[in-house]
Amino acid sequence: MVAELATRPQNIETLQNAGVMSLLRPLLLDVVPTIQQTAALALGRLANYNGDLAEAVVKGDILPQLVYSLAEQNRFYKKAAAFVLRAVGKHSPQLAQAIVDCGALDTLVICLEDFDPGVKEAAAWALGYIARHNAELSQAVVDAGAVPLLVLCIQEPEIALKRIAASALSDISKHSPELAQTVVDVGAIAHLAQMILNPDSKLKRQVLSALSQIAKHSVDLAEMVVEAEIFPVVLTCLKDKDDYVKKNASTLIREIAKHTPELSQLIVNTGGVAAVTDCIGSCKGNIRLPGIMMLGYVAAHSENLAMAVIVSKAVPQLSVCLSEEPEDHIKAAAAWALGQIGRHTPEHARAVAVTNTLPVLLSLYMSTESSEDLQTKSKKAIKSILQKCTYLPALEPFLYDAPPNILKHVVGQFSKVLPHDSKARRLFVTSGGLKKVQEIKAGPGSLLQEYINSINSCYPEEIVSKFFPGVQVFVSFMTA
Amino acid sequence: MATLARLQARSTFLAHQYYFRNSAVDVFRKKEYDAAVKIQSWFRGCRIRAYLRYLHRVATVIQKCWRGYLGRQHYQLIVKLEFCTMKMNLYNAMAVRIQKRWRGYRIRKYCFNYFYLKEYLKAVSETNDAIREALEEFAEMKEREEKKADLEREEKKRDYQARKMHYLLSTKQIPGIYNSPFRKDPDPWELRLQKAKPLISQRPKVKQKRGVNISNRLACTSARSLPQSEILPPIDRKQCQGPFRDITEVLEQRYKPLEPTLWMAEPINELKMAREELRKQEWMRNINDNMFLPFSSYHKNKKYIPLMHSSSKYGPNSYGSQHFRDENPKKWICDKKFKFHEDRNVCLTYSLLYPHCLEQHLAKERKKERKKERKRKEKRKKERRKRFPNCITII
Repeated sequence: MVAELATRPQNIETLQNAGVMSLLRPLLLDVVPTIQQTAALALGRLANYNGDLAEAVVKGDILPQLVYSLAEQNRFYKKAAAFVLRAVGKHSPQLAQAIVDCGALDTLVICLEDFDPGVKEAAAWALGYIARHNAELSQAVVDAGAVPLLVLCIQEPEIALKRIAASALSDISKHSPELAQTVVDVGAIAHLAQMILNPDSKLKRQVLSALSQIAKHSVDLAEMVVEAEIFPVVLTCLKDKDDYVKKNASTLIREIAKHTPELSQLIVNTGGVAAVTDCIGSCKGNIRLPGIMMLGYVAAHSENLAMAVIVSKAVPQLSVCLSEEPEDHIKAAAAWALGQIGRHTPEHARAVAVTNTLPVLLSLYMSTESSEDLQTKSKKAIKSILQKCTYLPALEPFLYDAPPNILKHVVGQFSKVLPHDSKARRLFVTSGGLKKVQEIKAGPGSLLQEYINSINSCYPEEIVSKFFPGVQVFVSFMTA
Repeated sequence: MATLARLQARSTFLAHQYYFRNSAVDVFRKKEYDAAVKIQSWFRGCRIRAYLRYLHRVATVIQKCWRGYLGRQHYQLIVKLEFCTMKMNLYNAMAVRIQKRWRGYRIRKYCFNYFYLKEYLKAVSETNDAIREALEEFAEMKEREEKKADLEREEKKRDYQARKMHYLLSTKQIPGIYNSPFRKDPDPWELRLQKAKPLISQRPKVKQKRGVNISNRLACTSARSLPQSEILPPIDRKQCQGPFRDITEVLEQRYKPLEPTLWMAEPINELKMAREELRKQEWMRNINDNMFLPFSSYHKNKKYIPLMHSSSKYGPNSYGSQHFRDENPKKWICDKKFKFHEDRNVCLTYSLLYPHCLEQHLAKERKKERKKERKRKEKRKKERRKRFPNCITII
């Protein structure tokens, strides 16, 4: 009865007030097994609801009793007890540590060897929640010898068990490279890679997250993941209906792409960039974030890869993200990615500038509402693109709006391009750019003044003086 | 004496005159002397100047020649140097040309190959397009599958509903609600109801109140480990559960006589019996009981022709043992040439493909056999003659 009541959260507070914890404890020691199981189940639900109750469970010295009887009782009891452990362990590292201290890990590992898949599931879930908190707890779980058994669990036919085992492996391997290496040594990667093809979407989520946690630590691990021949199968996961599958798949690709140019090259060669771009286009919000970061990482390695990213039509997509997304951190990521693409050569900068993203970036930089992170990233992006940009139509608006530190770069770029291109000079004057340049006040001897002088020296005297107030000269032609 | 006096008077005058004349000379003597000296010195000077001029001229000539010599040497040195420099410049220029070309080639080919990059980017975009297509196909396929699954579920649901609503089926007398007489065609539901099998709803079971819900959670299906509640079933007699068939049908089916198939109806050694039967009939018809042996002697004489692969005693002969021997004579088994086994091996398919070859081959065989037979016969004859030299042989 108590267990039934405990399914509803509203009742739990009432129950707590009724001092149910102390009642349940002696019931655990009851002779009749059903009562023990029910009591354990009730305890589990109570602990699941809230951390204080879980602490109360720990303080009430119930854990050693549970652990002791875990080893002996039948499977329903084991399931309920594992449920209790899981519920207690999920709230905070201290509680999880308490569970480890009473020696629950060994018994949980023994449960992992049980025949009943439900018991295995409950034990794996508990282990996963314990290992989630920090590296020491994960290490403790690994030391108890759980990892080979988890890998065996993954190979079982029940889908729920596979899911839980995959999520437990993911939690273990996310903390440090050594833990990830331990997981890999048992041969988990091959099984995880096979399960990518499974149609169940929750399973795919967990598998992809496990692989990405493994791959993120070092180049060797990422290479091992890639050797399991996940490409191009992973790209089909990018087209899945479930959003989290898409997110985890793009996270995995991002973790692989960020280590070395060769891995990024591999991804580009299998057409990963196009798939990720389409994936970005088809989802919204936080789901897009790993995909955007992946494009940034790929473009950051070398200019050829950045060109490949441009060729895959990623830049319009990124600029759409930049303008559409409401959240600042996603915008910051998009700005960073655009900066990485455009910073290599004038061709790249031109490709970015053509899509009219520079004014957007500028406005983000200037607006007071954007977070500091966004401002810094957009400033860096603008600077790095401007250093290389020779596409004058995109630079002209900057003459009017930009703050002085950016204006310096813009004028510098003009002074580099104008001496050599007569058409551009003509355009510059007719569009009023020269006038604007004259109006800029710069301290004598500063870099800005030098740039202005070099621009002025491209034009004949009459035209330059035209823009000084009070002198009227008929402009015949401007080419030198 | 007058002259003497005169002379004496004149003597002083003479003396004075002599003195004056001499002194006159003396007056001019210095002048003349100086003049002479001057003239002489001038002349000497001229002479010496001429001599000096001569010397100068000569010295100049010598110096001129010497300077010319030195200058020519210097000039030759300069020319050599210039020549060397010119050559070096030429070489340098040529080397620069070669290096220019080489550097350009190297950069274009190995460091930054523009065309390779272009090709690569083209390949990347093609792969991208291919992947995009493939993914779209995949997505479409998934959608189709989902739709199909949805449709199937819908169908099943509708079927189930039709089965439940089976009583709404129209009869001859009363048209059902889906078969209104005012409609041209019956509603599709009508057709569905016609097709569906009636679903007999089960009598609602008495809900057994379980003290424990735990069995819903657990995967355990056996109810033995959990205590059931103590409610007994109701007393009124329920109909036995389940749709039962008509008893006559069941008995008919149970005691149906065996109708074996044709296959089963015949005995297992039917073929053998049929042969026996045939033989009996023929024997009945036969006039002569002796079997007519059809060319058995031919068969007996015919040599058995085994397969090529099974011909030699020691297993299949590998290629090369017919015609070639190992180059190393130590490996030879014997010095004589290999002789093939007596029975020539002819592959069956070979003989089928090329029957004329087979005939030829067989003809050859026959000839050889006859030869051997003749030889044997002659041998025997010889032996006999040896043993019995006097007998007459009758062939």
